[in-house]
Amino acid sequence: MQALTTEQIRAVIARGKLRDNIFKAMGIFCLALALIVIVALVADMVMKGSERFTLDFFLNFASRRATQAGILSAWVGSLLVMLVTALAAVPLGVAAGLYLEEYAKRNWLTNVIEINISNLAAVPSIVYGLLALGIFVYQFGFGQSIMSAGLTLALLILPIIIVSTREAIRAIPAMIREGSMAVGATRWQTCRYHIVPYAMPGILTGVIIGLARAIGETAPIITIGALTFIAFLPPAPFTTLGDGSTAGLFDWVFAPFTVMPIQIFNWTSRPDPAFEVNAAAAGFVLMAMVLSMNAVAIWLRYKMRKNIKW
Amino acid sequence: MFKHSKLVSALAVAGVALFGAQAAQAQIVKIDGSSTVYPITEAVAEEFQKAKKNAIKVTVGISGTGGGFKKFCRDETDLSNASRPITKKEMEDCKAAGVEYIEMPVAFDALTVVINPKNTFLKEATVAELKALWEPAAQGKVMKWNQVNPAWPDAPVKLFGAGADSGTFEYFTEAIVGKAKSSRGDYTASEDDNVLVQGVSRDVNAIGYFGYAYYAENMNKLKALPIVPPKGGAAVAPSEQAVIKGTYQPLSRPIFVYVKAKSLQKPEVKEFVEFYMKNAAKLTKEVKYVPLPDNAYTGNLEHVKKNKIGTVFGGQNEVGITIEELMKREAKM
Repeated sequence: MQALTTEQIRAVIARGKLRDNIFKAMGIFCLALALIVIVALVADMVMKGSERFTLDFFLNFASRRATQAGILSAWVGSLLVMLVTALAAVPLGVAAGLYLEEYAKRNWLTNVIEINISNLAAVPSIVYGLLALGIFVYQFGFGQSIMSAGLTLALLILPIIIVSTREAIRAIPAMIREGSMAVGATRWQTCRYHIVPYAMPGILTGVIIGLARAIGETAPIITIGALTFIAFLPPAPFTTLGDGSTAGLFDWVFAPFTVMPIQIFNWTSRPDPAFEVNAAAAGFVLMAMVLSMNAVAIWLRYKMRKNIKW
Repeated sequence: MFKHSKLVSALAVAGVALFGAQAAQAQIVKIDGSSTVYPITEAVAEEFQKAKKNAIKVTVGISGTGGGFKKFCRDETDLSNASRPITKKEMEDCKAAGVEYIEMPVAFDALTVVINPKNTFLKEATVAELKALWEPAAQGKVMKWNQVNPAWPDAPVKLFGAGADSGTFEYFTEAIVGKAKSSRGDYTASEDDNVLVQGVSRDVNAIGYFGYAYYAENMNKLKALPIVPPKGGAAVAPSEQAVIKGTYQPLSRPIFVYVKAKSLQKPEVKEFVEFYMKNAAKLTKEVKYVPLPDNAYTGNLEHVKKNKIGTVFGGQNEVGITIEELMKREAKM
């Protein structure tokens, strides 16, 4: 083999650098494309919807007049449904993930469960809607209520939470477990004081990703019968109702409702073009809701990571 | 720790769920059904709640005419919006569940055939011409305007129409092709009429159809095509007057609200129906539908008072019924 001259070596290095730069440029281009799309989308909604960003828009109910129509019932509905979803899905999902990772023996049954959980994450959301219509709405008699919607979306995001919980737990070094057990902790104590707290940042990320998906879902909510026109809020606990009785602590759970995506969908399909402004404004609000949920997740993760001392 | 308290409250929610707390459902008038009738019912519901200072609550969903009747016959709703009369199958379902109802026509809609405003060659069309364009046999064959009428140019036809699940599709195909739901498939179909509005307004060679309200709100972007009535005579463009006179044929159709007889015993439902009929004429016009004559609404109230149960259509959808004929039939009941 012939030794390379300095020029040749330089040429090889230059070629390598060029390839490097081309790849870098491609990467930046892809990133920019994604960012431009999202910025354009948000900018478009803000520009179209800007005239509706008033306090009234948030405090008014739906109306046939575009300028008076607001999103009160929609954003309250979305928040309450998310609350039920989180309350149902988080304990179940985290417990399931913890069990599968820390307690369950590896055998064909857990393998089947594992495969099914991954498969469930890919099931189209409308299928969950159909299932929920049969089970929650009719079988359990929850009706077309916040309860039914919340549980439906909880089912939908359960696989996401389980999978991210397991991944977060798997990332904890085995020596933590061993150390804990070595000083005499039971399996439960190990989980309670070490595994779950250390896995919390990862679990939270999964929870928020799940909730962010759930808040934008329309299909299953329509299937179980969310309403389009609803000009009242679910009864707040301990307030006086129309018939003079007092609302119970959980009456709101069984109240009829609507959510943001349905309101947006309704506005875009109306004959009067003035409603497009409302749809754009509501779209931006929904986006802001998702982004602020993500922001909370990032903040929580950051805070919790700081507290972990291995 | 907050995870603990979350778990506790989740259990509490589940507990309440199991031991039933369905009490808070009093005083709600529940309505579902057609998206075509929705704007009218929504307007009435909005005004009604205002007039009652929110003492009575009204909810309106859009499950479509068929979906609405399903819930109605399962005894889940008090009123059902319908863009066509109740069918035989639905009548049987309701009967089996012991649900009796009173039929109330609330307005007329004019299905509007629209073209691009820059289209200069189309001044009118006959039902036969529209059929030649839309029938299933035209699929993949009738692709140019001059294939339908030699006087029209040698330019491609771009078709826009309602999606197969809508009552509009059902009515248009029955009125134009002669058989409900029989249509060519190679056209741009959408359940969202605004997609159709956009499509037709951007293409000179486009033609489409949808409810009058969408045309009325977009008159600057679209042109309504006058239709030659099947019985002959001059072509008629859709308008309130033409519908009232019964000359816009065969694409005028009545739309309905069905109310459950049992629900009328609840004072809030009765009050809502009375409010509906008293204000329908004004609100119908506001949302761009054609109101019925005043005595149609008083007639409906009369039926409510005398509890006249059933339909005047016998489970059949009819094409080209005029307001006058409808009124005669309702009166005979």
